[in-house]
Amino acid sequence: MAEVMLPMKMEMANAPSKFKSPDLLHVLAVDDSHVDRKFIERLLKVSSCKVTVVDSATRALQYLGLDVNEKPVGVKDLKVNLIMTDYSMPGMTGYELLKKIKESSAFRDVPVVVMSSENILPRIDRCLEEGAEDFLLKPVKLSDVRRIRDSLMKAEDLSFTKSVNKRELETENVYSLDSTVPSQQLKRTKI
Amino acid sequence: MQRQVALIKQSLFDQGYLDEQFMELEELQDDANPNFVEEVATLYFKDSARLINNIEQALERGSFDFNRLDNYMHQFKGSSTSIGASKVKTECTMFREYCRAGNAEGCLRTFKQLKKEHATLRKKLEQYFQLARQAGPKEIARRPK
Repeated sequence: MAEVMLPMKMEMANAPSKFKSPDLLHVLAVDDSHVDRKFIERLLKVSSCKVTVVDSATRALQYLGLDVNEKPVGVKDLKVNLIMTDYSMPGMTGYELLKKIKESSAFRDVPVVVMSSENILPRIDRCLEEGAEDFLLKPVKLSDVRRIRDSLMKAEDLSFTKSVNKRELETENVYSLDSTVPSQQLKRTKI
Repeated sequence: MQRQVALIKQSLFDQGYLDEQFMELEELQDDANPNFVEEVATLYFKDSARLINNIEQALERGSFDFNRLDNYMHQFKGSSTSIGASKVKTECTMFREYCRAGNAEGCLRTFKQLKKEHATLRKKLEQYFQLARQAGPKEIARRPK
């Protein structure tokens, strides 16, 4: 009987439709270069992400409601799945922005990717030590974005799958006595 | 017409004006966004014109603030890289090296060359985009599904 259900589960686990609004991956991109902003925005849109682009770290903090001087902009319902920031920016750098995000209780778990045109190892190390998810060399490739998106979606997918499992166990506990069996079967069918 | 467009594009690559990054940009175009590359190019030339102006003013002042110049050039190099403007990028790199060496003469010389390359690229790209628009959407590289 579980066998009959599997194809449907597989569809659910891999369906991109899961990310149709409001669950589309929402990325906040930060870059002071107009050209780079347009480029990264396009890369993200092509990768089926919802994008918000800002031109400075200060504006990013304002958007996230982390700037104490400004009123938060709709922080309550704000869901950001990923932040991608340029390293070298006038005023506050991407590194400083990374630190502020990791210091905040609201957004410290949001993965932050730092981008830079300069391949400076100490800089990369510093960012990774501060908790950056990844460090990309500019120009950013579509494959970079897809790779990051895929790993994020897997993480989201796992938590989604877990919640699906929970619901199914609650409503359909006819199939097995062993509560771990359904999740095992799901794992088997996932690519 | 389309063959002409293809030939112009090929020559831009062969002569080193553009590199693979330009092709990456074209890959991002689709039916819904058929002018993406041209839009990026327009932004680039607007941005770079401003930077050239700033650098010109800084150089005219006579006192060489190498830090400031290097800063401008870092921005210039960044956007040139993002659009695949290969020759311009090379001049930016050279300019920055002269900045770091504190070589004013070298900076001036390189800046002259940079402006020349920049103007040439602008003309060639304007020509390319104009022809591409006339030729129709077929010539623009499509993003594989």
